[in-house]
Amino acid sequence: MMDRGALIGGVIFALLLAMPVLLPIVGAEYLTGLLIKAMLLAIAAISLDLIIGHGGMVSLGHAAFIGVGAYATAIGLESGIEEILVLLAITLAVTGGLALVTGTLALRTSGVYFLMITLAFGQMIYFTLTSLAAYGGDDGLTLWSLATFFGSDIVQEGEGLYFFVFAALFLTWLGVWRISQSRFGRVLRAARDNPQRAEVMGYPIARYQLIAYVIAACIAGVSGLLLVQYAEFVSPSIAAWQRSGDLIVAVVLGGLGSRNGAILGAFFIVIMEEFLSSIFHEWRLIYGPLLVVLVLYAKGGLNDLLHPKSREAS
Amino acid sequence: MKPTLKIATGAAVLSMLMGTTALAENLKIGMVVTLSGPPAALGQQIVDGFQLALDEKGGMLGGQAVDLIVEDDELKPDVALLKATSLIEREEVDFVVGTVFSNMLQAIFKPIVESETFLISPNAGPSTFAGNNCNPYFFVTSYQNNQNAEVSGMVANEEGFENVFVMAPNYQAGRDNVEGFNKTFEGTVTDEVFTPLGHQDFSAELARMSTSGADAVFTFMPGGMGVRLVGQFDGAGLKDSMKFMSVFTTDETTLPGQKDAAVGFLAAGNWAPDMDNEANNAFVSAFEEKYGYIPGGYAMQAYDTANLIDSAVAATGGSLEDKDAVRAALKAADFTSVRGDFSFNNNHYPVQDFHALTVVKRDDGKFHTSFVRTVVEDYADSFASECGM
Amino acid sequence: MSLTLFLILCLNGLQYGLLLFLIAAGLTLVFGVMGFINLAHGVQYMVGAYLIFAFTGLTGSFWLALVLSLITALLIGLLLEYVVFRHLYSRSHLDQVLATFGIIIFLNELAKVLFGPATLSIDTPELLSGSIQLTEQLRYPVYRLVTIGVGLVVAVGLFLTISYTRTGMLIRAGSTTPEMVSALGVNVKQLFQIVFGVGAMLAGFAGVIAAPIFAIEPGMGDNILIIAFVVIIIGGVGSIGGAFVAAILVGLIDTLGRSLVTEALGLVFNASMANQIGPALASMLIYILMAAILVFRPKGLLPAKGAT
Repeated sequence: MMDRGALIGGVIFALLLAMPVLLPIVGAEYLTGLLIKAMLLAIAAISLDLIIGHGGMVSLGHAAFIGVGAYATAIGLESGIEEILVLLAITLAVTGGLALVTGTLALRTSGVYFLMITLAFGQMIYFTLTSLAAYGGDDGLTLWSLATFFGSDIVQEGEGLYFFVFAALFLTWLGVWRISQSRFGRVLRAARDNPQRAEVMGYPIARYQLIAYVIAACIAGVSGLLLVQYAEFVSPSIAAWQRSGDLIVAVVLGGLGSRNGAILGAFFIVIMEEFLSSIFHEWRLIYGPLLVVLVLYAKGGLNDLLHPKSREAS
Repeated sequence: MKPTLKIATGAAVLSMLMGTTALAENLKIGMVVTLSGPPAALGQQIVDGFQLALDEKGGMLGGQAVDLIVEDDELKPDVALLKATSLIEREEVDFVVGTVFSNMLQAIFKPIVESETFLISPNAGPSTFAGNNCNPYFFVTSYQNNQNAEVSGMVANEEGFENVFVMAPNYQAGRDNVEGFNKTFEGTVTDEVFTPLGHQDFSAELARMSTSGADAVFTFMPGGMGVRLVGQFDGAGLKDSMKFMSVFTTDETTLPGQKDAAVGFLAAGNWAPDMDNEANNAFVSAFEEKYGYIPGGYAMQAYDTANLIDSAVAATGGSLEDKDAVRAALKAADFTSVRGDFSFNNNHYPVQDFHALTVVKRDDGKFHTSFVRTVVEDYADSFASECGM
Repeated sequence: MSLTLFLILCLNGLQYGLLLFLIAAGLTLVFGVMGFINLAHGVQYMVGAYLIFAFTGLTGSFWLALVLSLITALLIGLLLEYVVFRHLYSRSHLDQVLATFGIIIFLNELAKVLFGPATLSIDTPELLSGSIQLTEQLRYPVYRLVTIGVGLVVAVGLFLTISYTRTGMLIRAGSTTPEMVSALGVNVKQLFQIVFGVGAMLAGFAGVIAAPIFAIEPGMGDNILIIAFVVIIIGGVGSIGGAFVAAILVGLIDTLGRSLVTEALGLVFNASMANQIGPALASMLIYILMAAILVFRPKGLLPAKGAT
């Protein structure tokens, strides 16, 4: 069934690739922004699935790394750094460094305690961002200059930005899947299912888990960088715990540890929100029970609806 | 759900299905306001006020049939941004009216003005866009955020308060209001207290107040915070020993929750529902009849915004392609504001009169702010000089 | 900082702590006994506040409304258990999180549709309005003192029930070895239902007594839910005693911190700097506390014996 996962992934990416051509034909270019938003959510969700789905580490502080990435980028831009590759390096260094520290402490715990300690670190980061008065405090900051790609403004808006985000999503999807299928990924899952056994077999599982945590944080940071480029605006609300909750919803809804689940979950949330809210202002009255029904009747998440017979890689 | 929303979203769905802009000859106005969460009452006032003006003119502004598309920003910057870009790209609206809150305005400002669409704020008036970053495509029909607090300082002087206890939530708007008050108040500020945003329990602050020896308290506690503070202020029995003076704390959106506890409290603002002029009397009675509640400043400013657009579209004869002509027509502010004199400064923020207000209970048991006296005439904000327009 | 102010802060902290305890008690039992993560527990707090608002309006009497609200909160809790939660006991924690999250979204929106989005309030009951002169400068509302007293009574009652009654013994046993309890012929399903209903009612009760002091608004349960989780984690999952200690600790630290941190920073930094970072630091205090406790005691302060 591995091939089927790749096939469905291929279809998703082919569709996304074709969108800039298809949308103008039906006069729906305005959906570009919605797709970028969904892709950014998907990038962060895939990274979270690496630690939740494969690592069994449920973090309720993941959005904080999106916030850190976004603020690292915004502060870089405000200080006159405009090359996106330099900003990327800064983002990776800051989010990675922070994840290394918080991850080392958080991994002393496990299970629901891990969830709560990551919430604690996430909240600390969130409140720190609200206190950055020089960068807008609670109100956030409008960015008057954006990042360039080797001096060109191609990655600032429209199709250029769309394909840039698309490429990031594709690389994340490919990269996380490769990691999860490697020896590293197998050890991670072994540690999730039976930590004592993995330990006895001689794997330094704590180090493996920490590396996974740092990788996930770095990817979330990148989605923060791209979010700044798309929104031209940054505010602490992107790091709030509710956003971390949204990410968990995307991952669980899509199907844990599956190849395309996180993408499916993220797109489902964004599209349902847009669709339901356009027909019915009190759309949450439908959306809430819909989540309950999905949990009760689609046990393996959306991904399993596409793979009725088997579950992959779990 | 209001029928207007249904029609607007219905039209949006329809045009989405048809994949065309079949109604292109109509005047398209997009609105981005907060209609979710506790502050939804503010957004609803704006929708209602705008809709009233529209209905009075038979669904037309400046002689053109109007498609009004109302979007809820949910008080989330990313949602506001998405809704705003959809308005300018999908709907290709002629005007965007929004927002309630300054941080939402920050989120939608850049894409809208860069698309050369006119953005008119019926409430948020941050200093950010009043000075250096003033913009030819941006107008404000409410006030500059600091002004109400500055006028409160003047009111405090006139009332003869010598010692005032100042309190606000610790975020940008809170700090702006404290700064505004301190700028004009000539007496002594005994304490300057910043509470967390969304503060629940004011008893510690009330204890400080009672021992501060101040004649009055000045505060800015919008929404639920104001409801809690006023109730607890009354409960602590402080009403007899000190005056309560505020901005955006005891207004028509919070008074239904505060009731008798707020009667007699002072406020400063650009308008009150009982201001006696022909246009205002007509507006308030029509509004109450239609929606069953007393309009607040939010509704009034939205009503004025609709009339402003009406005047500008009429003046340009309906041709909105010539942006310079539209801008000139907006800037002229050739409409009858229900608050009396109204004009735009060089930064497109209003120049208007400000008044002392007080909370009263009407004979039918409803509460509203009431006009006391005019404190300052033709008051302009202090950032306009930094604006290059 | 005067002594009077400090006293008031302590009373407020105690009151907030007891409110947290009422919510956390049900949460920690449901979690400890059934291994069930119920995010919708915070919504029960909101439901309680809206119920007292609605019933006070209908009956005109706070006391009658209080009784009706508690009964209705219990019924709503049992209904939710019957319709949704009992199908989730055997499912993974993440499925539980997702489903109960869906219920939060639904009930928050329903409250908004039924009562409107604006902030509502009710008056303190006539009998308990007014304030008491505690010291020369200190006046404290009677209602708040009463809520402190009531909170303490409920806490003691719960503690005695858990420690000395048969149901309490089964609950304690159920939280460590549910299979054994079930094998002994106890109706575990019914036990769960009781724990669940009482937990929902306690959260509803917290909402009822909070309503006259704080404002009633949609979504009011969301943030207090997170704080309640902090409380049960600090206290140790499944432990009523732990929840009590942690709730009071969190209540006091949060309340004192919000007033004292900015002042303390003012001694080191200038005023505007202190005003900028003070509130952020104060908001972080309980999270710093929780993280520190978890780093050194990964299962909380007073974990229930054998709890996972």
